[in-house]
Amino acid sequence: MPAPVLNGERLEVVRVRERFPDAIIKVKEFRGDTFICIKREALREVALFLRDDPELEYKFFSECTCVDYSKWKHERDLPERFEIIYNLYSLKYYSRIFLKAGADDGVPVPSLIPVYPGAEYPEREIWDLFGVQFEGHPKLKRFLLPDDWAGHPLRKEYPLGGEDVDFAKGVKGPAVEDISMPHAGESFEGKTGSEDVSGR
Amino acid sequence: MPERTFMPSTETVFEKKGENTLVLNMGPQHPSTHGVLRVVLELEGETIVDLDCQIGYLHTGMEKEGEYQQYSKCVTMTDRMDYLSTNGNNLAYTLAVEKLLDIEIPPRCDALRVMLTELSRITSHCVWLGTHALDLGAMTPFFWIFREREKILDMFEMFTGVRMMCSWIVPGGLRGDMPDGFEAKLRKFLKEFPDALHEIEILLVKNPIWIERTRHVGVISAEDALALGCGGPIARASGVEWDLRKTNPYSGYEKYDFLIPVGKHGDVYDRFLVRIAEMKESCKILEQVIDGLPEGAWTSTDRKVVPPPREELDSSMESLIHHFKLWTEGYHPPVGEAYACIEGPKGELGFYLVSDGSNMPYRFHERPSSFMNLQALRQMCIGRLIADVVAVIGSIDIVLGEIDR
Repeated sequence: MPAPVLNGERLEVVRVRERFPDAIIKVKEFRGDTFICIKREALREVALFLRDDPELEYKFFSECTCVDYSKWKHERDLPERFEIIYNLYSLKYYSRIFLKAGADDGVPVPSLIPVYPGAEYPEREIWDLFGVQFEGHPKLKRFLLPDDWAGHPLRKEYPLGGEDVDFAKGVKGPAVEDISMPHAGESFEGKTGSEDVSGR
Repeated sequence: MPERTFMPSTETVFEKKGENTLVLNMGPQHPSTHGVLRVVLELEGETIVDLDCQIGYLHTGMEKEGEYQQYSKCVTMTDRMDYLSTNGNNLAYTLAVEKLLDIEIPPRCDALRVMLTELSRITSHCVWLGTHALDLGAMTPFFWIFREREKILDMFEMFTGVRMMCSWIVPGGLRGDMPDGFEAKLRKFLKEFPDALHEIEILLVKNPIWIERTRHVGVISAEDALALGCGGPIARASGVEWDLRKTNPYSGYEKYDFLIPVGKHGDVYDRFLVRIAEMKESCKILEQVIDGLPEGAWTSTDRKVVPPPREELDSSMESLIHHFKLWTEGYHPPVGEAYACIEGPKGELGFYLVSDGSNMPYRFHERPSSFMNLQALRQMCIGRLIADVVAVIGSIDIVLGEIDR
């Protein structure tokens, strides 16, 4: 079933614009998906409206996720560093809509738990991995990572595998140059059927 | 560096609310938690007052890793997420990349993809049925259903060379065509499987112990299930007639004739019935796929995404360049974001990708169905007895690889 369209625009966008004329920052269409960028403060009201409006019935909370745009070089939808993307699904039209809200460090986003209780786990995961605060979330504690973890690994500045390794006696291991390589310099010719690949 | 506390005690992770209550730790090494789920329960007598799920024991940072891999190399990581329905994960990821790239897929490829995913759905439900029954004390179904699952894994081995982590569905098509002799093997399986399933089904469906343990246990209403983000069999067992294969068809599902099993009560027993019926419907789809398998190409011919066949490399300079470029640099989807989802065995399984125009995803995210479904555990268990937790966890059908990623 195709998503409902009114005057060349998605019905959801029309309805939200009617009800909250100031809330929408931008509407983006890409590959058939509609993303509504809304102001952070209006997030909970818009979600509640989408859920309860008898013409829309966005009752299924699919998920929410976050993107860190700090190293993005192209045109942006929202000025803030993080974008939270809410993925909602209507069982009336079997259509999907994405809400986007921006967030910065220390600027909390209103939690959607009062509207969709299913937001609890994904919001907690976003806090764990991105460090975005959610106002009204009862349990913003480490979730996927150990309790004493430092930092938020899905941020772009966080290195991949840049973690110190504990050794039993409190000393760091030897530097890579000092480790003896048993086969270093040895020719592999004739062993693999390829050219000499020694020194890799 | 301070000493790491890898397993914090129950007091540090759980704040109890009642006065005369007991806090009990269950897992992460508990056989009924299907992997490494840790549940902290607050009990009054044997009744559950509150519970909390502690996860993350299997967290390997796949979403971070995905940002450092070319698009074609992320496919193997998706296998390791929901390791019981690997082809489903490959398909969801592939559909998301193809949505970004905006390429056409030939009909034979779509049909073979449907075939692999439906076989995956059956294997996933086989493991669920076996372990769920085992948790509740029925040993026989476990052995019998694993014998059937073994046949599907043998078929995967014949098709892809790998029993579980196939990675056969890739952006642009498949890694290879259906091998000779596969059709006969599949037809034999489709002839035998419904009888084998029926044998296991009659062990449980009217079994008084089974009914006693599952009926009216772990009830969730349709409204609650949807608000909690539980799709798939859980929502259907509560009476929601919704299946993405019907409502938002992908890969040519609209061509196949099958039914959506829907339950009424939303309890453990209904979820059991829904999944059994789903396996039968999957067999129906598989029969239609194999009967109407279209001839023709099994991958896209877009040389920017799909490597050229080996024989072309000897005769065509252009093919050699494409081959080299593809395996060293990969492809560059246009700037944008895309979400594609399929009806996985555990509910909606989607991938959200953000492309910045480079050959690696800017953001690689899975919509994990088990992760969202796990949220329902608390609501299903409060007020029930401790033994029901085991039944409910089994009926949610969680895979920790997908929850923790």
